[in-house]
Amino acid sequence: MIAYIIKRLLISIPVLFGISVLVFFMVRLVPGDTVTAMLGNSYTPEQAEALRAKYGLDEPLITQYALWLKNVVQGDFGYSQFTNTPVLEAILARLPITIELATLSVLIAIIIAIPLGTIAAIRRNSKFDYGASLFGMLGISIPNFWLGTLMILFLSLYAGLFPSGGFVGLAESVWGNLQSMILPAIALGTAVAAVAMRMTRSSMLEVTNQDYIKMARAKGVSNSRLIIKHALKNALVPVVTVLGIQTGYLLGGSVVVEQIFGLPGVGQLALQAITNRDYALLQGTILFIGSAFVIINLIVDIVYGFLNPQIRY
Amino acid sequence: MSEYIMEVNDLKTHFHTKQGIVKAVDGVNLRIKPGEILAVVGESGCGKSVTSQSIMRIVGQKKSEQLSGEVFYHGEDLLQKTEAEMRKIRGKHISMVFQDPMTSLNPAYNVGTQIAEMPQIHENKPKKAAWQRAVEMLKKVGIPSPDKRASQYPHQYSGGMRQRGVIAMSLSCDPDLIIADEPTTALDVTIQAQVLDLLRRLRDETGTAIMLVTHDLGVVAELCDRVAVMYAGKIVEEGTSEDIFDRPKHPYTQGLLHSVPRPGHAERLQPIEGQPPSLHDLPEGCRFADRCPFVMEQCRNEQPDLLTTETPGHTVACWLEKEGVEDDNRRTRPRQQPEETF
Repeated sequence: MIAYIIKRLLISIPVLFGISVLVFFMVRLVPGDTVTAMLGNSYTPEQAEALRAKYGLDEPLITQYALWLKNVVQGDFGYSQFTNTPVLEAILARLPITIELATLSVLIAIIIAIPLGTIAAIRRNSKFDYGASLFGMLGISIPNFWLGTLMILFLSLYAGLFPSGGFVGLAESVWGNLQSMILPAIALGTAVAAVAMRMTRSSMLEVTNQDYIKMARAKGVSNSRLIIKHALKNALVPVVTVLGIQTGYLLGGSVVVEQIFGLPGVGQLALQAITNRDYALLQGTILFIGSAFVIINLIVDIVYGFLNPQIRY
Repeated sequence: MSEYIMEVNDLKTHFHTKQGIVKAVDGVNLRIKPGEILAVVGESGCGKSVTSQSIMRIVGQKKSEQLSGEVFYHGEDLLQKTEAEMRKIRGKHISMVFQDPMTSLNPAYNVGTQIAEMPQIHENKPKKAAWQRAVEMLKKVGIPSPDKRASQYPHQYSGGMRQRGVIAMSLSCDPDLIIADEPTTALDVTIQAQVLDLLRRLRDETGTAIMLVTHDLGVVAELCDRVAVMYAGKIVEEGTSEDIFDRPKHPYTQGLLHSVPRPGHAERLQPIEGQPPSLHDLPEGCRFADRCPFVMEQCRNEQPDLLTTETPGHTVACWLEKEGVEDDNRRTRPRQQPEETF
């Protein structure tokens, strides 16, 4: 298992390298640069040249990239050209918020999806099943920003149950933190829950038709044990795949949701960096999000090994 | 107490589908003595597997699946039992071996865990003791280095070993009866013989009765004490292996025997013409009437019951038996009549 994890980590190195190339050059495809964003509307070409020379932006792109990569490998992500603070510091300050948001969203998704999908499969074509299908359809088709806005409107403004935005740190108040996080987590997690629920349902339906389920019944296994122990473990393999992919999308979705709920997370930071054409900051944040994606995939593969012994050996 | 451990009377399993009622099992009678190997023989789709799953009440759980009749096990009707009572019987008193060992073991757990689950459920054995039992059982069915093999997963086993594993599982609580549903069909011929040997040896050692569901007459001849021949959801003939192989009474049984090659006999194989009737739409009379070379007027109108022949214990559901048509006479008649019979 450890050898397997090491192998997977080695494979992720070229992936991360690819991400770095894409990030670096795509950022520069956007019209305008840091200097034009900093100087605003009225500036002389000389001023711009001087600033470009100061930040090294007058060098050939390849040289800039090589320099950046060299620093990144050494753990130096550079300075934000706008705020003059180290990029790494800015990211690390905001990362916990995004991680918390993503984790909560996935947890909510799992808590909803797996029981719902399992029961829907067992009681196939019942009212419960139709209800679950309806949830699946709505969950997938409702965009997270709309769901978020509606929840702010009804649950925060009308009912006053939750704050309408802003962030309370975990160290300040656990309850306050949860209150500020729960709505954005639901907004983000609903779509994931819907997709995972549908996958759980269809996968369960397939597994419960297998001979080993019949065999387990013939062994005298109780229904609950049959479903949880014999069926679910096999049915979860494709669900984990879907959850992994969806968690990747969820990181992208957090950019919008953090904005709506005023959460100072990495998504919000990325958005700021884009508007300011803050190259170093943008490259840093996207590289982090890319790494997160790689790590999530690694976790998915490890969970696979746990669920399916054929992969482990 | 009767001399049988199981008596199945008029067992019917009907599936209600959109196309109508499928009478997969339609009045099956079976008797099994302790320690006996009974074969249930028939072609694909005749209701053999549904019969065995109905006895275990694996079929009949849904609204669309309707079970009726009686399945007496040690004098108690299994069809009257609650699901919780059935659960105590399944695995502990009656266990099953399924056709395809590639799919009947759970890929997510190692084989030892799957075997150990049985004593854990039925005998409340602690984990360690149950595992010990699993290793013992694997040893008993002839798996080399059983303690190592127990912690391996089904995909690390070959087909024959998996079936041994399944048999070990079915034996682990020392049941009275094992229902083996085509246990050798999915295996290579060489492995088939090994598994059959194993079943016979285990029966001799443990005294477990075996109900062997199969379509393979070779398997039957080799292994079984008694044979029940099934056709379109009904038992058409039942008797000892000698009765069935040497003195087959039912035209279907005769047809089956004619359609398998016999060593030392050079005659041409004679397949049974036609197809079994659709289980949606069964004929009023004998179900074999359309394919029977000896069909009579009565056969088309009335279903024959199982009648005892001159040999005690040998029963056949055929009007010819009632008519008293001589056995020899029938044998000499041509197998296939010209158009006039149809």
